[in-house]
Amino acid sequence: MQNSTDKKPLIQKLSRILDADSILHEQEDLRPYECDGLSAYRKLPLLVVLPSTVEQVQAIVRLCHARQIPVIARGAGTGLSGGALPREDAVVLSLAKLNHIIDIDQEQRQATVQPGVRNLAISEAVAPFGLYYAPDPSSQIACTIGGNVAENSGGVHCLKYGLTVHNISRLKIVTIDGELLTIGSHALDSPGYDLLALMTGSEGMLGIIVEITVKLLPIPERAQVIMAAFDDVEQAGNAVGHIIAEGIIPAGLEMMDNPAIRAAEDFVHAGYPTDAAAILLCELDGTNEEVSEQVMHVRALLKNSHASTIKTAENEEERQKLWKGRKAAFPAVGRIAPDYYCMDGTIPRSKLAWVLKRIAELSAEYQLAVANVFHAGDGNLHPLILYDANKAGELEQTEALGGKILELCIEAGGTITGEHGVGIEKIDQMCIQFDANELQQFHAIKNAFDPIGLLNPGKAVPTLHRCAEFGAMHVHNGQLAHPELERF
Amino acid sequence: MQDLEQDILAQVQDALQGQQALAIQGNNTKTFYGNPCQAQPLQISGHNGILHYEPAELVMTARAGTPLKTIKECLQEHGQMLGFEPPGFGDEATLGGTIACNLSGPRRPYAGAARDFVLGCRIINGHGQVMRFGGEVMKNVAGYDVSRLMAGAMGTLGVLLDISIRVIPRPQQEFTIRKEVDSTKALQAIARWSQKPMPISAACHDGDQLYFRLSGNELALKTAHNKMGGEPLDNDAQLWERLREQSHAFFDGNKPLWRLSVPANTPMLALDGKTFLDWGGAQRWLVSDIGADRIRKMIDKVGGHATLYRNGPQDIEAFQPLPAAMLQVQQRLKQSFDPQRLFNPGRLYKDL
Ligand SMILES: Cc1cc2nc3c(=O)[nH]c(=O)nc-3n(C[C@H](O)[C@H](O)[C@H](O)COP(=O)(O)OP(=O)(O)OC[C@H]3O[C@@H](n4cnc5c(N)ncnc54)[C@H](O)[C@@H]3O)c2cc1C
Repeated sequence: MQNSTDKKPLIQKLSRILDADSILHEQEDLRPYECDGLSAYRKLPLLVVLPSTVEQVQAIVRLCHARQIPVIARGAGTGLSGGALPREDAVVLSLAKLNHIIDIDQEQRQATVQPGVRNLAISEAVAPFGLYYAPDPSSQIACTIGGNVAENSGGVHCLKYGLTVHNISRLKIVTIDGELLTIGSHALDSPGYDLLALMTGSEGMLGIIVEITVKLLPIPERAQVIMAAFDDVEQAGNAVGHIIAEGIIPAGLEMMDNPAIRAAEDFVHAGYPTDAAAILLCELDGTNEEVSEQVMHVRALLKNSHASTIKTAENEEERQKLWKGRKAAFPAVGRIAPDYYCMDGTIPRSKLAWVLKRIAELSAEYQLAVANVFHAGDGNLHPLILYDANKAGELEQTEALGGKILELCIEAGGTITGEHGVGIEKIDQMCIQFDANELQQFHAIKNAFDPIGLLNPGKAVPTLHRCAEFGAMHVHNGQLAHPELERF
Repeated sequence: MQDLEQDILAQVQDALQGQQALAIQGNNTKTFYGNPCQAQPLQISGHNGILHYEPAELVMTARAGTPLKTIKECLQEHGQMLGFEPPGFGDEATLGGTIACNLSGPRRPYAGAARDFVLGCRIINGHGQVMRFGGEVMKNVAGYDVSRLMAGAMGTLGVLLDISIRVIPRPQQEFTIRKEVDSTKALQAIARWSQKPMPISAACHDGDQLYFRLSGNELALKTAHNKMGGEPLDNDAQLWERLREQSHAFFDGNKPLWRLSVPANTPMLALDGKTFLDWGGAQRWLVSDIGADRIRKMIDKVGGHATLYRNGPQDIEAFQPLPAAMLQVQQRLKQSFDPQRLFNPGRLYKDL
């Protein structure tokens, strides 16, 4: 274990690999790295390093390996589960300077990029070829593709076009012993175990991703969005089922409940009816002919599902406006409360009405308002808990309510995280979703890649010890006994 | 429909105690695939039945021994299908075998591979523990993606008990257009049309003719046909089925059959023998007597890999040998699931 007194020799060694500007060690320089998007958790790292080449990444990892210093990879730090949360004894390895697009292969419809390239920058770079990269997290202007792979991020369009795991074909990773390993290929598959699937969503626990080849799609001929309002949340949920059961896979199918609608409408004036219990946004894309037919079909289905208002965007400007409300939903909610906490469970869609009802009950019980934004097509729910961190005990109450909501998702047959990852945030709920053998299997996998546990230690998979403690504490209203203590 | 889980588990535990390796078997339609594996058979086919199917959720969960045929028929009734269009290589093919081999048909480049549709599974690992990973929901990032890892592992990481898969709606209509062009021109045409938003769902070339299958509504197909040209092919479903099931005349005879998986725009390779292009050029079937080393060297150079699919000498690795560093990682991964090498030893690689 390192502490600040023996930083110096390490800095000296690092300065043989990196220039001085790329090694941060003063407190004020470390401050911006103390948290990711889950700002309730903060910790200063030992050091932050910002390599600009793969060779430098290898050398840094080798050095840390030799000295047994934990390494925490970091992209843009937009993660919402504390995945990139530092530790006092760890080096944060920022991939931000590895931000070049290496190659665009128009014929093969793929691009090879460095991990620090922003998600949106890929689509922008390939747009002149009529192509785009489909997974589009709401954070796409800021988040990096490396972070997307590490979290298996999704977006509004993943119902039809899949998650990150479906849209990448090759990775280069630096293993904990500093070796460069190529996983996957530019063909459609590769021999042996599917390490590409294993690496995707591995939260920086198995290796440092230093190069990614993404698949690109032709920009659809046409995209059209329909908004429908409902007086009843259950009806909106049923409408989603009706659309999909009719054989239509919308490019995006999003739902917002009344608190989310009102916040968004106040903020960006998207034209949402503020008295609706829920709205659906349904985007259809494809060939011109197909979209025309599907728009008619979906309108009829929505009508039969008792939508109170149905509106089709007349032009691109209107389409963008309708989406704007949804895309701004998080910041919009941020305006109506001092703080909000974003949850990320997935449930079978058929359980939606039941789950929303239970969330409303829990919200009343904990006296904290909840707004719901929902990737309705694929059952991924984002309840936003509104709170005030300056009020004593309110963050703890919020976390307790959040934990209850996650347990509710498991009870409904779903999962504690659809796209934001486990990180540090949901680590205790992992003990509920998985049993001891399953958790041991995860540890065994980790062990196959990182036997001494130096890559992002303490995240994503809880130790059995921690689960035992959590189980015991669980009896006490889900309140952590000594929240100031680290649990291992 | 029957549940043999306890029975299978007991057999695994016995084998574990007796240090007896097991060869996991469905209905033996893919015995030819991969390396031979001599071990005590562990029969899964009796463990079958659809457990849960919710058309509006686009999810089906079935026991590993469920015949593909049963699954396809059930989906068909609800206007849905398996997006990866798996080959069965026999009527009795099971879901478990299909996923374990990660087999996908002509729709693969446009809809995804078997692994892309796996949502969750329950397995028995090499410690004789029943474990569940993933689930029945589309998005799930809790824990490492073990269920997708099972696809293509050839049963070497554990026994698949049941599997949840995403299903998709059947297209309203499909038809195939055909053009007489040589293979080089065919690859160019595929590359050109693949960059455009066209409703293509399969593309192959049989040596003389290029075929595009189009899927969508009537009007969309008409418009696409007008843009792309070519002759409509009668009875086109047969072409894709024969290609998928390898009952096409191309596959007749008993010379070695190779599967070359390469970047789609790889130019035609100078390999003696005959070639059939599928997957828009990314999967190439080669019937040839050339030595394995030569083929594999050449394929490695273009960034692909070659599988000795059928009719090859038994002593050659079926799958392209892995670089040493990669083999080591894979061995460690195998060990993390099955340290005693209980399941299908050697079937994927002799060293796994
Ligand atoms: C407003 C807002 C909206 C969001 N919307 C969405 C959404 O719609 N969908 C969605 O899925 N997510 C969303 N997110 C979450 C977040 O943007 C994603 O998880 C994103 O992929 C994180 O990328 P990042 O570059 O910021 O990674 P970071 O936060 O820096 O890191 C995330 C994790 O990945 C690891 N990591 C990062 N880079 C690498 C690498 N090169 N190699 C190995 N490990 C690495 C880190 O150690 C950490 O565990 C949103 C976040 C915000 C703030």
